[in-house]
Amino acid sequence: MEYFDNNWLVFMFRWLHVLSGVMWIGLLWYFNFVQTPSMAKIADEHKPAVTKHIAPEALFWFRWAALSTVITGLIVAQMSGYVESALALGLTDGVPKNAAIGFGMWLGLIMAANVWFIIWPNQKKVLGMVEVAADEKAKAARTAALASRTNTMLSIPMLYAMISAHNLY
Amino acid sequence: MKNPLDSLTGTVIAGLVITALHIFYMINMSGG
Repeated sequence: MEYFDNNWLVFMFRWLHVLSGVMWIGLLWYFNFVQTPSMAKIADEHKPAVTKHIAPEALFWFRWAALSTVITGLIVAQMSGYVESALALGLTDGVPKNAAIGFGMWLGLIMAANVWFIIWPNQKKVLGMVEVAADEKAKAARTAALASRTNTMLSIPMLYAMISAHNLY
Repeated sequence: MKNPLDSLTGTVIAGLVITALHIFYMINMSGG
Protein backbone atom coordinates (compact mmCIF):
# COMPACT_ATOMS: atom_id res chain seq x y z
CA MET A 1 0.00 0.00 0.00
CA GLU A 2 0.91 3.66 -0.41
CA TYR A 3 0.55 6.23 2.30
CA PHE A 4 -1.19 9.52 1.45
CA ASP A 5 -2.82 8.18 -1.72
CA ASN A 6 -6.60 8.03 -2.32
CA ASN A 7 -7.06 4.62 -0.65
CA TRP A 8 -5.23 5.82 2.44
CA LEU A 9 -7.38 8.97 2.56
CA VAL A 10 -10.59 6.90 2.31
CA PHE A 11 -9.25 4.70 5.11
CA MET A 12 -8.51 7.76 7.28
CA PHE A 13 -12.09 8.99 6.85
CA ARG A 14 -13.36 5.47 7.62
CA TRP A 15 -11.22 5.44 10.78
CA LEU A 16 -12.69 8.82 11.82
CA HIS A 17 -16.15 7.46 10.94
CA VAL A 18 -15.69 4.47 13.28
CA LEU A 19 -14.21 6.65 16.06
CA SER A 20 -17.18 9.04 15.83
CA GLY A 21 -19.63 6.15 15.59
CA VAL A 22 -18.24 4.45 18.71
CA MET A 23 -18.57 7.75 20.61
CA TRP A 24 -22.15 8.25 19.35
CA ILE A 25 -23.53 4.74 19.81
CA GLY A 26 -21.54 4.25 23.02
CA LEU A 27 -23.25 7.29 24.54
CA LEU A 28 -26.63 6.23 23.09
CA TRP A 29 -26.29 2.88 24.85
CA TYR A 30 -25.04 4.62 28.02
CA PHE A 31 -28.25 6.69 28.07
CA ASN A 32 -30.51 3.69 27.40
CA PHE A 33 -28.77 0.87 29.27
CA VAL A 34 -27.26 2.83 32.19
CA GLN A 35 -28.49 6.38 32.87
CA THR A 36 -32.24 6.12 32.25
CA PRO A 37 -32.75 2.85 34.21
CA SER A 38 -30.62 4.27 37.06
CA MET A 39 -32.53 7.54 37.45
CA ALA A 40 -35.47 5.86 39.22
CA LYS A 41 -33.05 4.46 41.84
CA ILE A 42 -31.28 7.79 42.56
CA ALA A 43 -32.50 9.90 45.48
CA ASP A 44 -34.15 13.18 44.42
CA GLU A 45 -31.45 15.33 46.03
CA HIS A 46 -28.77 13.57 43.97
CA LYS A 47 -30.61 13.70 40.63
CA PRO A 48 -29.22 17.16 39.70
CA ALA A 49 -25.73 15.61 39.52
CA VAL A 50 -27.00 13.73 36.49
CA THR A 51 -29.43 16.26 35.00
CA LYS A 52 -27.28 19.35 35.53
CA HIS A 53 -23.79 17.94 34.96
CA ILE A 54 -23.47 14.46 33.44
CA ALA A 55 -26.39 14.49 30.96
CA PRO A 56 -25.59 17.89 29.35
CA GLU A 57 -21.94 16.88 28.90
CA ALA A 58 -22.90 13.46 27.51
CA LEU A 59 -25.45 15.07 25.16
CA PHE A 60 -22.80 17.47 23.85
CA TRP A 61 -20.48 14.64 22.74
CA PHE A 62 -23.48 12.53 21.69
CA ARG A 63 -24.97 14.99 19.18
CA TRP A 64 -21.66 16.19 17.70
CA ALA A 65 -20.42 12.60 17.38
CA ALA A 66 -23.67 11.80 15.53
CA LEU A 67 -23.05 14.62 13.06
CA SER A 68 -19.38 13.69 12.65
CA THR A 69 -20.34 10.04 12.00
CA VAL A 70 -22.76 11.05 9.24
CA ILE A 71 -20.38 13.50 7.56
CA THR A 72 -17.35 11.18 7.60
CA GLY A 73 -19.55 8.27 6.46
CA LEU A 74 -20.92 10.21 3.50
CA ILE A 75 -17.37 11.28 2.57
CA VAL A 76 -16.25 7.61 2.61
CA ALA A 77 -19.24 6.58 0.45
CA GLN A 78 -18.68 9.44 -2.00
CA MET A 79 -14.92 8.84 -2.28
CA SER A 80 -15.52 5.10 -2.74
CA GLY A 81 -18.02 5.77 -5.54
CA TYR A 82 -21.02 3.91 -4.11
CA VAL A 83 -23.03 6.69 -2.46
CA GLU A 84 -25.84 6.79 -5.09
CA SER A 85 -26.11 3.01 -5.43
CA ALA A 86 -26.10 2.56 -1.66
CA LEU A 87 -28.76 5.22 -1.02
CA ALA A 88 -30.88 3.49 -3.70
CA LEU A 89 -30.44 0.28 -1.64
CA GLY A 90 -28.66 -1.39 -4.55
CA LEU A 91 -31.83 -1.34 -6.66
CA THR A 92 -30.17 0.69 -9.44
CA ASP A 93 -27.25 -1.70 -10.00
CA GLY A 94 -28.16 -4.87 -8.07
CA VAL A 95 -24.91 -4.89 -6.07
CA PRO A 96 -25.62 -6.62 -2.69
CA LYS A 97 -22.67 -4.93 -0.95
CA ASN A 98 -24.10 -1.51 -1.81
CA ALA A 99 -27.60 -2.55 -0.73
CA ALA A 100 -26.25 -3.68 2.64
CA ILE A 101 -24.25 -0.53 3.32
CA GLY A 102 -27.20 1.51 2.01
CA PHE A 103 -29.52 0.05 4.64
CA GLY A 104 -26.97 1.02 7.27
CA MET A 105 -26.67 4.50 5.80
CA TRP A 106 -30.43 5.13 5.80
CA LEU A 107 -30.80 3.83 9.35
CA GLY A 108 -27.86 6.01 10.43
CA LEU A 109 -29.35 9.07 8.70
CA ILE A 110 -32.73 8.48 10.37
CA MET A 111 -30.97 8.07 13.73
CA ALA A 112 -28.92 11.26 13.29
CA ALA A 113 -32.07 13.19 12.34
CA ASN A 114 -33.68 11.79 15.49
CA VAL A 115 -30.75 13.07 17.54
CA TRP A 116 -30.71 16.61 16.14
CA PHE A 117 -34.41 17.25 15.45
CA ILE A 118 -36.19 15.27 18.18
CA ILE A 119 -33.92 14.16 21.04
CA TRP A 120 -31.82 17.32 21.44
CA PRO A 121 -34.63 19.95 21.22
CA ASN A 122 -36.72 17.93 23.71
CA GLN A 123 -33.80 17.25 26.05
CA LYS A 124 -33.15 21.00 26.26
CA LYS A 125 -36.66 21.34 27.73
CA VAL A 126 -36.20 18.34 30.05
CA LEU A 127 -32.85 19.54 31.41
CA GLY A 128 -34.05 23.12 31.91
CA MET A 129 -31.86 24.68 29.20
CA VAL A 130 -35.15 25.97 27.73
CA GLU A 131 -37.82 27.05 30.23
CA VAL A 132 -41.20 25.38 29.66
CA ALA A 133 -44.31 24.55 31.71
CA ALA A 134 -44.30 21.32 33.76
CA ASP A 135 -46.75 19.49 31.47
CA GLU A 136 -44.74 20.39 28.38
CA LYS A 137 -41.58 19.20 30.16
CA ALA A 138 -43.20 15.82 30.87
CA LYS A 139 -44.31 15.54 27.25
CA ALA A 140 -40.80 16.44 26.04
CA ALA A 141 -39.30 13.76 28.33
CA ARG A 142 -41.60 11.11 26.87
CA THR A 143 -40.85 12.16 23.28
CA ALA A 144 -37.08 12.24 23.87
CA ALA A 145 -37.15 8.88 25.64
CA LEU A 146 -39.07 7.18 22.83
CA ALA A 147 -36.81 8.70 20.15
CA SER A 148 -33.76 7.51 22.09
CA ARG A 149 -35.23 4.01 22.41
CA THR A 150 -36.05 4.07 18.69
CA ASN A 151 -32.40 4.82 17.96
CA THR A 152 -31.27 2.00 20.27
CA MET A 153 -33.58 -0.35 18.36
CA LEU A 154 -32.30 0.89 14.99
CA SER A 155 -28.64 0.68 16.05
CA ILE A 156 -28.89 -3.14 15.98
CA PRO A 157 -29.84 -3.56 12.27
CA MET A 158 -27.73 -0.48 11.38
CA LEU A 159 -24.54 -2.10 12.69
CA TYR A 160 -25.48 -5.46 11.16
CA ALA A 161 -26.00 -3.83 7.76
CA MET A 162 -22.82 -1.74 7.92
CA ILE A 163 -20.51 -4.52 9.12
CA SER A 164 -22.06 -7.21 6.89
CA ALA A 165 -21.40 -5.02 3.84
CA HIS A 166 -17.68 -5.37 4.56
CA ASN A 167 -17.72 -9.03 5.58
CA LEU A 168 -20.50 -10.96 3.83
CA TYR A 169 -20.69 -9.52 0.32
CA MET B 1 -51.03 -2.62 23.97
CA LYS B 2 -47.79 -1.76 25.72
CA ASN B 3 -45.15 0.01 23.65
CA PRO B 4 -42.24 -2.48 23.20
CA LEU B 5 -39.83 0.48 23.40
CA ASP B 6 -40.80 1.00 27.05
CA SER B 7 -38.60 -1.96 27.98
CA LEU B 8 -34.99 -2.58 27.03
CA THR B 9 -35.77 -6.21 26.20
CA GLY B 10 -38.58 -5.13 23.89
CA THR B 11 -36.26 -2.60 22.26
CA VAL B 12 -33.57 -5.22 21.57
CA ILE B 13 -36.12 -7.76 20.27
CA ALA B 14 -37.61 -5.11 17.95
CA GLY B 15 -34.08 -4.36 16.72
CA LEU B 16 -33.47 -8.05 16.04
CA VAL B 17 -36.78 -8.32 14.14
CA ILE B 18 -35.76 -5.42 11.86
CA THR B 19 -32.36 -7.12 11.41
CA ALA B 20 -34.16 -10.33 10.36
CA LEU B 21 -36.24 -8.36 7.81
CA HIS B 22 -33.01 -6.87 6.44
CA ILE B 23 -31.45 -10.35 6.15
CA PHE B 24 -34.61 -11.57 4.36
CA TYR B 25 -34.31 -8.69 1.87
CA MET B 26 -30.62 -9.45 1.31
CA ILE B 27 -31.24 -13.20 0.78
CA ASN B 28 -33.88 -12.40 -1.85
CA MET B 29 -31.72 -9.78 -3.49
CA SER B 30 -28.41 -11.59 -3.64
CA GLY B 31 -29.68 -15.15 -3.87
CA GLY B 32 -27.91 -16.15 -0.68
